Amino acid sequence: MRARTKRLYAVGVAGILVIAAAALASFALRQHADLFYTPELLVERGMPEAGQRIRIGGFVEDGSLTYGEGAELLFKIVDGSGESVTVSYVGIVPDLFREGEGVVATGRFAKGETVFGAEQILAKHDETYEPRELRDLEHAKDAYTPAT
Amino acid sequence: MIELGHFLAFLAMTSSGGLAYVGLRGEREMAGKLAIAGFILMTVSFLILIRSFLISDFSVELVATNSHTEKPFIYKFAGTWGNHEGSMALWCLVMFGFAAAGAWTLRTGRKVFEARALGVQGLLTLGAMAYLLFASSPYTRLDNPPLQGSDLNPLLQDPALAAHPPMLYLGYVGYSFVFALAAAGLIEGRIDRIWAKTARFWAMTAFVPLTAGIALGSYWAYYELGWGGWWFWDPVENASLMPWLIGAAFLHSVIVTEKRDSFRAWTVLLAVMAFCFSILGAFLVRSGLLTSVHAFAVDPTRGTLLLIGLLAYGGFALVLFLIRAPSLKGGSEHMLISREGALMGNNLIFGVATLTVLLGTMFPLIAEAFGQVMSVGEPYFNLTFTPIMVIALVTLPVVQAWAWGRADLKTLWKWAAGFVGIVVVFWLLGVGPLDISLLAGFGFGLGVWLVGGAIWEIWRRAKTLQRLPKLPGRVWGMTLAHAGLGVFIIGAVGETSLRQHQTLALEQGQSLNMAGWTITLDDVQAVEGPNWYADRAFLTAKRGGTTASLSPEKRIYPAARMPTTETAIYSSGLSDLYVALGDSRRVDGVTRWTFEVFKKPLVDLIYWGVLLICLGGLLCFMPGRKSAKKDL
Repeated sequence: MRARTKRLYAVGVAGILVIAAAALASFALRQHADLFYTPELLVERGMPEAGQRIRIGGFVEDGSLTYGEGAELLFKIVDGSGESVTVSYVGIVPDLFREGEGVVATGRFAKGETVFGAEQILAKHDETYEPRELRDLEHAKDAYTPAT
Repeated sequence: MIELGHFLAFLAMTSSGGLAYVGLRGEREMAGKLAIAGFILMTVSFLILIRSFLISDFSVELVATNSHTEKPFIYKFAGTWGNHEGSMALWCLVMFGFAAAGAWTLRTGRKVFEARALGVQGLLTLGAMAYLLFASSPYTRLDNPPLQGSDLNPLLQDPALAAHPPMLYLGYVGYSFVFALAAAGLIEGRIDRIWAKTARFWAMTAFVPLTAGIALGSYWAYYELGWGGWWFWDPVENASLMPWLIGAAFLHSVIVTEKRDSFRAWTVLLAVMAFCFSILGAFLVRSGLLTSVHAFAVDPTRGTLLLIGLLAYGGFALVLFLIRAPSLKGGSEHMLISREGALMGNNLIFGVATLTVLLGTMFPLIAEAFGQVMSVGEPYFNLTFTPIMVIALVTLPVVQAWAWGRADLKTLWKWAAGFVGIVVVFWLLGVGPLDISLLAGFGFGLGVWLVGGAIWEIWRRAKTLQRLPKLPGRVWGMTLAHAGLGVFIIGAVGETSLRQHQTLALEQGQSLNMAGWTITLDDVQAVEGPNWYADRAFLTAKRGGTTASLSPEKRIYPAARMPTTETAIYSSGLSDLYVALGDSRRVDGVTRWTFEVFKKPLVDLIYWGVLLICLGGLLCFMPGRKSAKKDL
C-alpha cells in the first residue's frame, strides 16, 4: 500500500468515527439535555412532553411539605411569580433541603399528571455554594417572603 | 510568621522567573540550582501556611474562614488545601516539586534541552505563582481576628478527601512538566526516541496519581454524599476525566515514538494538550461558570485569569507546534493493520471520547449564550462516551497482539468467535440463572474478555512459565492495567445493572426485607464528636448466616452550621450493602426514620480495577534488564 493510500484510509477511518460521534452527540443532546424551568416558565412555555426529563428550580414553599406513603415526600416549588408546582419525591432529601430554601428537582411529568415526579433533588451544597440556576433567582427570593 | 511565608513565596516566584530566564537561555547548571532553590522556598512557605492551620491562627484570613479549634488534627492539616487559596498554594508547590525533581533526575545527555525544559517549567510556575500571590493569596492577615474560625466545609472533613487534592494535583500538575518537555523539544526541533523515553517517564509519573486521585474523589462521593452513586458526570468530574483520557492516549502514542520514531507530531501535540486540559479543568472548577454538585470556589475574575493563562500557554505551545510540525514527519514505515495502526486507533478513540465529554460539559454554556438554561446529564454520556469507548475495549485484546510494521488478519475470525462466545455465555446465563439484561450480559462479557485478553497476551509473550517473571516491568504493567480495565468494567456493569435500591421508613424495632436482607432498626441515639453531634441509627442486617451491624449517622457541624450524612457500608470485598440515614418523620404519633438502602453487587471491583491500573502504571517504572541497556 502506498503512503498516500494509507493516509487516505487513516483519514477515512478517523472521519467516520468523528461523524458517528457527532451524530450520536447531537441526537443525545436533543433527547437528553435537561431543560431548566421555573414554575413561571412552565406556564409561559407550556408543559413539556410527558416523560421528558427536565429540571425545575425555585424555593420550597413554606408549609407545603407533607409526607405520603412510606418514604414519599410532597412539596411545592414556588418562584415568587404566584405560580407553583407540586413535586413528589421518594428518598431522602439533601441535608440542606428546607422549607423556604432553594431547590432544583430533576425528573419528569408522567402522562396526564400535574405532579412532578422528581428523581433527584439538589439543594444548596453548603452555606456558601448553591446550584447556579438558583443564584439567578435571588431576586425572586427577595420578592418571596417566607411566612415565618 | 505568615508574613515570612508570604515573603518566601515572593522569593520563590522570583526564582521561578530566574529559572525561566536562565533555563530558556540553555544554562543547565544554573537552572537546576534555581529550580531546587524555588522548591525549598515554596516548601518552607507552605509549611508556614500549614503551621497557621495547626495552631489555629485566626488572624490569618484563610484559617479563620476554613478552620476551627475543635477540628481534629488531621483536618486542620489537610484543611490547608481544602479551599481555593490553599489548594492553589499546593498547586504551585507541586509545580516547583516537578521542576526540582526534573533538575535532580534529568539525564538525557542533552544539557540545552534539559535547561529549556526546566525553563518552560519555570515559566509555567511563574504564571501559577503570580496567580497565587496576586489573585488568590492565602497569606492575608485580618485586622480584627475572630476568636473562633468558621470551620472547614464538613463534607471535606474526610480521610479520602484529605488525600484527594494532593494526588489529583500530582497528576494535573505533573502534566505541566510533560508540557515543558514538549515545548523544549519543539524549541530544539528534536522530538525523537530519547525525548519520547523521557516524556513517557514523566507522563507516567503524572498518570498514576491522577488515576488514584480521581478514584479517591469518586469513592468519597460514593460514601460521603449518601446518594449511592460513584460517578455523576458532573463538570468537576469531567474536568479531571479529560486530562486523564488525553494522558492515557499520550502513554499509548509515545510508545510508537519511542520504539519506532513515528507519530512524533501527534505525540507532542498530546503532551501539550494534556496540560491544557488540566488548566481547563481548573478553570471549569474554579470559575463557577458551570453548575456543579460540588462547585469549589465561585469567582468569575479568577476564572477569567485562568482562561487567560490557558490561552497564553496553549497559544504559545500551539504556535511552537505549528512552526515545527512540518519537520516532524517520517519515522519507520508501517501498514494500517499493524501495532502502529492499532495505537493510532486507540488515540483516535480516546481523542473523540474526550471531545464528547468536552461537548457535554460545555454545552450548557453554549446553550446559555442562546438564552436556554439546561444541563447535560448521565443519559447523554451513556449514549456518546460509552459506545465510543466500547469500540476500543472490544478490539483491545485483538490488536495488542499485532506486530510492529505489519500484522495479518488471518486469526481475526478466531478472536471474533472468542468474543462472541463469551458474550453468548453471559446471555445464556442471563436468561437462565443470573437474570441480567442483554446489555448487562454484553458488559460482563466485555469485562471478562479484557481480563482474559490480558492473561492471553502475557502468556503469548512469555510462552513458558519460567519466563513469566523475567518479562520486563512495562509488559507486566501493560497487562495489569488492561486487566484492571476489565475488572473495572465488571464492577461498573455489576453496580449499574444489578443494584437494588429502596427507601425505607422504619420505627424503632421494626424490620423490613430488602434484596434478601432483613434489616431491623434497633435504636437511634444522639452521639457527639469533637466538632459535631449526630443522630446515629443502629441497624442489624441479616442474610442467611451473615449478620452485619450498620450505624449510619446524620451529623450537624455547629461551627459550619451544616449537616452531613455519614453512610454505613457493609462490604464483602466484592459487593456492598449501603445505608444512609435520612430525616425522622412524625406521622400519626409514630416517629419513623427514613433510610436509603442500596444493595450494590460487585461495586468494589470498580476500585480494585483502578488499583490494578495504578499498580500497572507503577510497574512500568521498573527497568527491563535488556531494554535498560539497549535504549540508553
